[in-house]
Formats: sequence, C-alpha cells, structure tokens
Amino acid sequence: MANYSVLLVAALIVLSVPVLTLFIITPLIRASRANKVKLEPYECGVPASSLAFDHRFSVRYFLIAVLFIVFDVETVFLFPWAIRFKQLGLFGAVEMAVFLAILLIGYFYAWKRKVLSWV
Amino acid sequence: MSLNDLIFLLPEIILATGASLLLIAPVTGLRDSISAKWAMIALLIITAGSLLACSWAVPGMEQTAGFARMFALDAFSIFFKLLFLFVVAIVVLLSDDFLRESRYSTWEYYSLLGFALCGMMFMASGVHLATIYIGLELLSLSSYILAGYYKNEQKSTEAAMKYFVLGAVSSAILLYGISLIYGVCGTLNLLDIARALSTVVSNDALMFGVILLACGLCFKIAAAPFHVWTPDVYEGAPTPITAFLSTGSKAAAFAIFVRIFYVALPGFHLDWSMVLATVAALSMIVGNLAAITQESVKRLLAYSSIAHAGYVLMGIVAMNVMGLRGVLVYSFVYVFANLGIWSIVLMMKRHEYAGEKVSDFEGLHSRSPFWAFSMFVFLLSLGGIPPTAGFIGKYFLFYAAVQAGFGWLAIIAVLMSAVSMFYYLRIVVAMYLRDGKEADVTASGALKFVAAVCVVATIVFGVVPNDLIDQVSSSAKGLHNKGAVTRNATR
Repeated sequence: MANYSVLLVAALIVLSVPVLTLFIITPLIRASRANKVKLEPYECGVPASSLAFDHRFSVRYFLIAVLFIVFDVETVFLFPWAIRFKQLGLFGAVEMAVFLAILLIGYFYAWKRKVLSWV
Repeated sequence: MSLNDLIFLLPEIILATGASLLLIAPVTGLRDSISAKWAMIALLIITAGSLLACSWAVPGMEQTAGFARMFALDAFSIFFKLLFLFVVAIVVLLSDDFLRESRYSTWEYYSLLGFALCGMMFMASGVHLATIYIGLELLSLSSYILAGYYKNEQKSTEAAMKYFVLGAVSSAILLYGISLIYGVCGTLNLLDIARALSTVVSNDALMFGVILLACGLCFKIAAAPFHVWTPDVYEGAPTPITAFLSTGSKAAAFAIFVRIFYVALPGFHLDWSMVLATVAALSMIVGNLAAITQESVKRLLAYSSIAHAGYVLMGIVAMNVMGLRGVLVYSFVYVFANLGIWSIVLMMKRHEYAGEKVSDFEGLHSRSPFWAFSMFVFLLSLGGIPPTAGFIGKYFLFYAAVQAGFGWLAIIAVLMSAVSMFYYLRIVVAMYLRDGKEADVTASGALKFVAAVCVVATIVFGVVPNDLIDQVSSSAKGLHNKGAVTRNATR
C-alpha cells in the first residue's frame, strides 16, 4: 500500500504545478498592461482581418492528419522489424511485405480517387 | 508458424484479398467489365467453399494450434462463420435497391461489408483476446462507415458519428478490461487464462477487469445500460445496414461473449453471473417497455433488439449446456426472423427511407397477403410463439435459466415476452385490420427471394427443429468441454 501512496503524492504534485503557475503565481507576479493589441489572439504585428470562427479551414487538413496516422503507424511496426531483422528472417520479411501491401492498397485507392490532388 | 497454420486462416485470407480487390476495382479497369454485386456474391461463395474445405482438413490437427494458439477452427466457429456468410449474402441482396437509388459507389460498399465479415470471422475463431479485439475493431470500423453511407442524409451522418464516438469509448473500456485481465493472468489466451485463474481465489483487479470487459461487450450487443446508441443508429443507418447491424454484428458479439465467458472465466461464474443477470433483466425490461410507444418501425425493432440481447444474455448467465445451445439456436433463428422483417420493411418503401412508420403497414394484407403473412410469421418468431423457430430459441434459453437457478430471470423474461407481443401485434393489427391509404409494395426479385427464404426457414425450423438442435449440440460440445468447469463444479 505504501507504494501507492507515493504515487498519490506524486500525482498531487504533478497536478499542483499547472494549477499554481496558471492561476496563482502568474497572476500575482505578471505585469498587467492590457491594450487592444495585446488582447488579440495572435500578437504578430499585422492587424487581424476577421474573427477566427468566421473562416472555414480546408477539410484537406483532416486528410493530411489521417494520412499521417497511417504512415506513422506503419513506421511504428517497421522499427521493431528492422531491429530484429536477422532473427525474423524470411518469415518476417514476407510478413512485412504483406503488411506494406495492405497499406499500399489503401494508398493506391486514395490516390486514384484523386484524394491527394487538390492544388 | 508453418504452412499448416495457413489452412486455419485460408478463408479469411481469401476474403480479405477479395475485399481489397473490390476496393481497388473502381479505380482500375475492372469497374465496367463486371458487376460489384455478383463479384461480392462470388467472393462469398468462394469463402464459404474454402471454409468448408478447411474445416474438413483441420480436424486432424490440434484445434487451437493455429498461429501460436490464437486462432481456432472448431465446430463452434464454423457454425458462426457460416451464419455470418449467410447474413452478409442476404444483406448484399437487400442492398441492391438502396445502392441503385442512392447512386453511391457500390464497390466500396461491398468492400466494407467484406472487411466487416472478415472481422466477424476472426471474432468467431479468436481464442486469444488480441485476435478477438482486432476482429471486433475491424467489424466496428467498417460498420461506422457503412452506418453513414447515406452521406447526404443528416440522420445517417448523425448515426455514424454517434456510433463511432460511443463505439470508440466502449472499445477503450474493453481494452482496459483486457489489460487488467492480462495483468492478473499474464496471458491473453483464453485457455491459459482459465488455467491461470484456477489457482486464484478472488482478486479485485481481476473482477474489475471482467466487469470492464463485460461492459465493452454489452455495448456491442446493445444490452440495457449501454443501449442508448441503438435506436438512433438503427434509425439513421441505411436499412440494409440496419439489418446487418441487428443480425450479423450482434451474432458476432454473442460469439465472442460466449467464448470469453465460457472458456476463460468459468471459474468465476458465481462472481459475474449476478452482474450479467442484472444486465439481462434490465435489457429485457427497458427494451420491451420502450418499444411499446415507438411509432417508427426501425426504432421499434431497435428496442426489440435490445430486449433480445437480454434474452440471449440469459444463456450466458446460465453457464450450462442448455444455455450454450440456447445462445447458438437463438442467434440462428433470430437472424432469419430479423432479416425477413427487414426485407419486408424494404418492400414497404415510401420515399427516401423504407417503411418507416407503423402506419405505413396499414392494409398490407389487402394489397399483398403473402407478404403480410410473412411479416406475421417473423413477428411471431421474434415473440417466441410455438409454430415458429423463435419458440425453440426461447425454450432453450428459458429452460437454461431455470436449470441454473435463475428462476426469477426466467419469470422476467416470460413476462417481458408477453409485453413484446403487444407491440409486435400492433404491426399485425395495422396490416390486417386497418385500411391502407396507398398501394405501393415495390418488391424486387431479390427482396422477394430473401423474404421467402426467411419465412420458409422460420417455419421449418419451428416445426422440425431436430436437425438444427443436433447441429447446434455438436457445435457447442467442443466449447463446453474446453471450458471444463461448469457451474456445478464451482459450487
């Protein structure tokens, strides 16, 4: 049981850090000189043209995210295989080829459906 | 792993390859030369043939030997796999009109159905929690997309979104339960879990894991406290997909439910049986009472399917031979009655959606007496009235519950069956005793074929159930022997 109480204390400390800094310490010690420029969402020197929620963002970003996940997961599986390449031998190579082929089918489909061309 | 292992997986490999080909067919030259529907049906036939061939080749080998004891091709899994193949074949026939009218791409639709079927087959064969989970995810992810296949219809998109979010949460809960069980047992193989647990007396972490696992599974079968998604998803999804969700994916979830609890956790039956008995009772009460007031046929059937999840759970709670057979028989007869009902609902097409309201059925008897009679038979089967197959299923389940000492649960089930007859008969009253306004039963050949097959099967299995019971008994035998520990043994 002693081990768990240590965990609990650690969790409390971890939780207290953002709470203390965000809501207690920072408001106490920061300089408060609010003006119009300071309160803008992006303080970049260029006046904002409109509010953030007036704009629609391209749904393609979503697509990029999905494709990123696909290839990211692919890499997750490729790394352990690369490290144990010799031990896994031919069987591993075939398995990996099957795995990559399955991913490529999806990629090929997306490509041919003109999902990737938007410029 | 050896080449012998591949025999276990051959049907799944064929199916997955075929589904991938269906996916890339529309972007290659194949699109114009063959029809998607017949390609899909051919794929299903080849898969079924290879499944039978493999099941004939395998009995010489150790049943759970496939792929490091992750995959079994036993009588239990073959029973469910053939059932799934049948369901998907019927859904393909039901989808014809929907796909023609909606003008969405047919190839992707059938490809997704193929992947869903592949997931279901892995679920039926999985004897390892990882295999089971992967199969479940493959089924779920395909179902989320299929539920939203009416892309321009707000209801359908909403159904897909709700199904996806709630499904993802329930999968996470399921995984957490699996991880806790792994933490206690050190293995994910169901037989090894049972062996590891035979020395464990009681364990809070294990019980927590089992309860989380049961929560995740109850979501998938739409049992009562986890049922809220069901009416919305069933209502919003395209009707053929609703038919698929309410029969195929449900039966697959029952298959893993049975296998996990009968094989891996029989030693803790006393601990979890009460939890599941409560869930079963709640499902029957909530499902049947909520169905009474529904005007939409799809929602009515969704609530009735929640109630049916409760009936089947009784078989799992009972944890005896009768219960196991009951689950199999009920999954079987429920598929026929339900697919039949959905085919009739599709025949009653009004506008975009198929026969939506109970009032749409008014006067069906005077317009097309045979289909009205078929609907009547299917509803009787769902209600469990004797000459139909539904009675056999309920008989097994109720008897199993009584035998296992859950008399109170059987009493609730009987009472709630009586309640269910009220709302099933509402449709019958609309069909036979009311005058219809419009006369449009638009039945294509495929729908007629499905309804006719289902009505014949429902009556035949109801009148002469011997073959079905024999088949189910031999399918169930392997599983229960493997489980080895029965309720009596734990006492």
